[in-house]
Amino acid sequence: MYSLGDGAKNAKPRIFHIEGDPDHPVSRGSLCPKGAGLLDMIHSKNRLLYPEYRAPGSKEWVRISWDEATKRIARLLKDDRDKNFISHNEKGQLVNRWLTSGMLASSAASNETGVLDFKFARGLGMLGLDCQARLCHAPTVAALAPSFGRGAMTNHWVDIKNANVVIVMGGNPAEAHPVGFKWVIEAKIKNKAKVIVVDPRFNRTAAVADIFSPIRAGSDTAFLMGMVRYLLETDQIQHDYVRSYTNATMIVREDFAFHDGVFSGFDAATKSYDKSSWTYETGPDGNALRDMTMTHPRSVLQLLKQHVDRYTPEMVETITGVKKADFLQIAEIIGSCSAKTKTLTWLYALGWTHHTGGAQIIRGSAMIQLLLGNIGMAGGGVNALRGHSNIQGYTDLGLLSLRVPGYMNLPSDNQQTLQQYLDETTPKDVIPGQVNYWKNTPKFFISMLKNLYGKHATKENGFDFDLLPKWDRSYDMLAYFDLMYQGKVNGYIAQGFNPLAAMPDKNKTSLSLSKLKFLVIIDPLVTETSNFWRNEGRYNDVKTEDIQTEVFRLPSNCFAEENGAIVNSGRWLQWHFAGQEPPGDARHDPAILGGIMTELRRLYAEEGGACPEQLLHMTWDEDTYHDPSFPHPEEMAKEANGYATQDIYDDSGKLLYKEGQLLNSFADLRDDGSTQSFCWVFTGSWTEAGNQMANRDNTDTGLGNTPGWAYAWPANRRILYNRASMDIDGNSWDPHRQILHWNGEKWVGADVPDFPATIPPGKEAAPFIMLPEGVGRLFSAKGMNDGPFPEHYEPVESPIAKNPLHAKVTHNPTARIFQNDAERMGNRTEFPYVATTYSVTELFRHWTKHSHLNAMLQPEQFIEIGEKLAAAKGIGHGDTVKVTTKRGYITAKAVVTKRMRTLNVAGQEVDQIGIPCHWGFEGATRKGFLANTLSPGVGDANSQTPEFKAFLVNIEKTDEVAA
Amino acid sequence: MNSQNIIKRSATSEITPAPHVRDHQMEVAKLIDVSTCIGCKACQVACNEWNDLRGEVEENVGVYDNPRDLAPETWTLMRFTEHEEEETGKLEWLIRKDGCMHCEDPGCLKACPIPGAIVQYANGIVDFQSDLCVGCGYCVAGCPFDVPRISQKDNKAYKCTLCSDRVAVGQTPACAKTCPTGAISFGSKEEMKTLAATRISDLNERGYENAGLYDPEGVGGTHVMYVLQHADDPKRYAGLPKDPKISGVVEGWKDVLKPAAAVAGAVAVGAMAAHFISVGPNVTEEGEESPDDAA
Ligand code: SF4
Ligand code: SF4
Repeated sequence: MYSLGDGAKNAKPRIFHIEGDPDHPVSRGSLCPKGAGLLDMIHSKNRLLYPEYRAPGSKEWVRISWDEATKRIARLLKDDRDKNFISHNEKGQLVNRWLTSGMLASSAASNETGVLDFKFARGLGMLGLDCQARLCHAPTVAALAPSFGRGAMTNHWVDIKNANVVIVMGGNPAEAHPVGFKWVIEAKIKNKAKVIVVDPRFNRTAAVADIFSPIRAGSDTAFLMGMVRYLLETDQIQHDYVRSYTNATMIVREDFAFHDGVFSGFDAATKSYDKSSWTYETGPDGNALRDMTMTHPRSVLQLLKQHVDRYTPEMVETITGVKKADFLQIAEIIGSCSAKTKTLTWLYALGWTHHTGGAQIIRGSAMIQLLLGNIGMAGGGVNALRGHSNIQGYTDLGLLSLRVPGYMNLPSDNQQTLQQYLDETTPKDVIPGQVNYWKNTPKFFISMLKNLYGKHATKENGFDFDLLPKWDRSYDMLAYFDLMYQGKVNGYIAQGFNPLAAMPDKNKTSLSLSKLKFLVIIDPLVTETSNFWRNEGRYNDVKTEDIQTEVFRLPSNCFAEENGAIVNSGRWLQWHFAGQEPPGDARHDPAILGGIMTELRRLYAEEGGACPEQLLHMTWDEDTYHDPSFPHPEEMAKEANGYATQDIYDDSGKLLYKEGQLLNSFADLRDDGSTQSFCWVFTGSWTEAGNQMANRDNTDTGLGNTPGWAYAWPANRRILYNRASMDIDGNSWDPHRQILHWNGEKWVGADVPDFPATIPPGKEAAPFIMLPEGVGRLFSAKGMNDGPFPEHYEPVESPIAKNPLHAKVTHNPTARIFQNDAERMGNRTEFPYVATTYSVTELFRHWTKHSHLNAMLQPEQFIEIGEKLAAAKGIGHGDTVKVTTKRGYITAKAVVTKRMRTLNVAGQEVDQIGIPCHWGFEGATRKGFLANTLSPGVGDANSQTPEFKAFLVNIEKTDEVAA
Repeated sequence: MNSQNIIKRSATSEITPAPHVRDHQMEVAKLIDVSTCIGCKACQVACNEWNDLRGEVEENVGVYDNPRDLAPETWTLMRFTEHEEEETGKLEWLIRKDGCMHCEDPGCLKACPIPGAIVQYANGIVDFQSDLCVGCGYCVAGCPFDVPRISQKDNKAYKCTLCSDRVAVGQTPACAKTCPTGAISFGSKEEMKTLAATRISDLNERGYENAGLYDPEGVGGTHVMYVLQHADDPKRYAGLPKDPKISGVVEGWKDVLKPAAAVAGAVAVGAMAAHFISVGPNVTEEGEESPDDAA
């Protein structure tokens, strides 16, 4: 960023040019089109400049002062909370929750704002808290955590260059992540890598791939299980790895079963499973039983063989439309990566998460990578590519309805005491000699409580455990908006979030928002959500005067106007510095949240009210921040890392930390209140040695690792599970990919060991230290809601009559669907075509359309349609078409293309239509519909992330003017 | 760059030779590897941002190409072509970054009637000197690649400068720096040819037998070159001419019109030139699709 002024007091900085940072190890100075166009986003004419208010029924905004806005919002929040706060549930359990107001936190904001978001929402007892992760990568955590132990990208961008094969499915990194994609090109050019793309559309990634196959949207699980079958049948697996580092050897309980599309333990009434049979058989000593030959009929390997037996290449073709020959060509290349010296990297994004079986698709790739011995390897991994600049950070910080920071869960109603919570959530050892690092849960959790409640948190009061709101059910966005739709929500805060555009089924979202009493928008830009009450003709056909919602619109800063850290896909916490002040009267997010919170605390201190301790005990006072009404990012960054709350000594009596010192490592956290840390995975990011996130040494220590650049959680490890790059005796599987070696005392090398540094080679401890088994899971045990092995189920709106595998169980039996959403689902007679939504590279979601530079590149809504269907429908290039679902319609320009093909699925022709999702009735682009008018309100069975990627539509040419 | 770097000027007789006291300057080139371009348009944005250009927010006309065409405010853009191999049915999405080629023997410069309105620097960059431009449009007609555009706002011709301002201070052009995949490289022409050779052999190995470098002789070579997967058939890439030449007609017009320019002034010349613009640059080969027809 280039900014006017030299820092002198009289020279007000103003950004006038933006270019990539040539020192950055990932970007190397390049930018994507959004990055290159940021100047126009920062200076967009749609930046909000002062606080505004829209009265019930009013057609306009009126300018108000910050003081008035802050006071009125605090009053509304307090009145609603005092009236509707639930201290005890019907069973008399203490729950301290507030359900009638909720909040969306912005994952485009920095970690430091995220800390405040969490304290703000939980300090008021809110459960209706989510961030964009709910709409994007929540299934990633749901799938990868039970597979490997952590729910994040296993490797990092630069590491992709080490791959021999890059397979892209359920993602389109050339389009969505061009800067990271350079490392795919690098693998191609320098490593002679083959790039394979399997996608409903021939997309920009396919344009530079070696092999492309089209696939029907929503059928990836079948493809992947077919691949597992192929690998097992042709015996192309990395045997030593599978035996030592996966649970293939473990024996599953006798009562585990799978018949006709359902696993054992299904309860049709609740649409859920009793998972007790989904686990290992244990011996008399309580340890899980193993058969190292993997031939026991109930060993995971044999059960897996049995499970995937149905997924023949013919069945794969029937379900997915991928031609058998194409499937086998790809399978052969994937199989070749079972060699110890070849790695394959798997890249995916929302093309996999946005399904009712999204998490299970991701599981499929995790299983393949375990079978190939590709996890922990340079150039391997399952690499979830993140979208929003800080979606990874917001996931780490637990800004999801039932989470707390550091991948721990908020306690439920039935967890009434701290001890009970810790007993139930801390995993027990199942195999002797394993690290089982989550056994430290009490240290992480108590340090978090100590951070949240400070001096109020004592051993005696369970560190104020009671003040955390307890949950009875999920309050994810789909669920919360359904409550809103039913009129059960009064207040809502949307910070850097545009739910009207981002949620599925825009018309339902609009009706839901209309039932709110008040809506608070905190945003740098004009969003459709903030103007949901305004009639925009066909594009937003609402009756303004009937909408009684009061709306406050508070202008905030954008990334370029704050100091703070954001976490990239590779888990790097990267510090950035402000280039200018927010424009006009806009304020920094911490000042906005701080202002409202300070006023609320004042009101509660003065007036009392419902459970005042919940926010008065929260560390948001003068002891915590130099100015509680505007905490500085550096203060939150340090508390996220954590401090010693008193002098700390080691076992030998040596002083480790003086009171108030920043901690170096989460290994130093304690469960007695002597340490505090908001987010344990971030410990080490800001130590007494300084801000590690701002480190800028880009020295390559080998294989493209740059540990001196920024700070990667956990413990600055760049390649997760890297102990698995070597056999038990410490020999690298591939000498050319040696990440670590044992120097006689500890593990050292190009990366920080993801393993206790001093456990020598040859010990039993296996590399997956976050799983109690120590090994990766082919069988996910009780980790998933819908089964320990992935199974193909049809999308809720499916183009075929029944599931070719089991006619009676067509859809995911555990997919939750609310009654009024069920009524808004269409069928294949009325809506014969499969639609899939996505982003194009020129725009980022609904934000960069405010940048003129980007608006020029993709000026208006279009859809992509194959030539065959277009011909049948009389649709030509650039014609305006009307796309309809049961939920509504949009108009768009038609891009008629060879890149969308008619597929043959289950004996019928299936046409797919591509619907990019960016435009709306605000922005520098042409006015139009919100594409999410079309998508259905149903989510992934494990994480409730909506099924944006596969639903049914109809399409017709129309004379209506273009979108 | 300053006047001492200029080696060619439009409408300037050979009698005033270019300065040559200074050391020979390295010839530069931009290499665009079409086989690693993902069509992300970051280069387009970086170009607009650096050069302070803001075009219209147009319409979608059924293709990815936006803006639709080069313009006074659009000096480079991506042209997308879907190509299906007849025998195999193999689909290719060919994406070519269009813009000024910085010809060694620039037709625009040759056609320009105003002394010094178009210059070429010793490093090969062809640059318009807008203060001198009268907007006559000869350069448009003279360009075998259909690149320059006359602005309605100020009646001057505009095109890519190869970021001569950045290059002068040792920076790469904005597009080259921003290109996320590294599809655009910038350096000496020799280095770029060497780099191209490695890319071509990689493409050969991947089965592109006709991969090759596009550095057309008809214009003396160019300072913007392409690596093409199908160098035998450049037209496939949104009508890139196979064998571009400066039309003899251009030379002819030049001789006829130059005196007129001197006498009648810019307005008259502009009016006459309008005729040639509407006729278009008549150097594209017979039957060649114009870029507009390519999807
Ligand atoms: S491409 Fe056209 S405008 Fe550019 S130098 Fe050649 S003739 Fe001149
Ligand atoms: S920036 Fe690079 S990859 Fe993107 S369109 Fe331009 S040349 Fe192609």
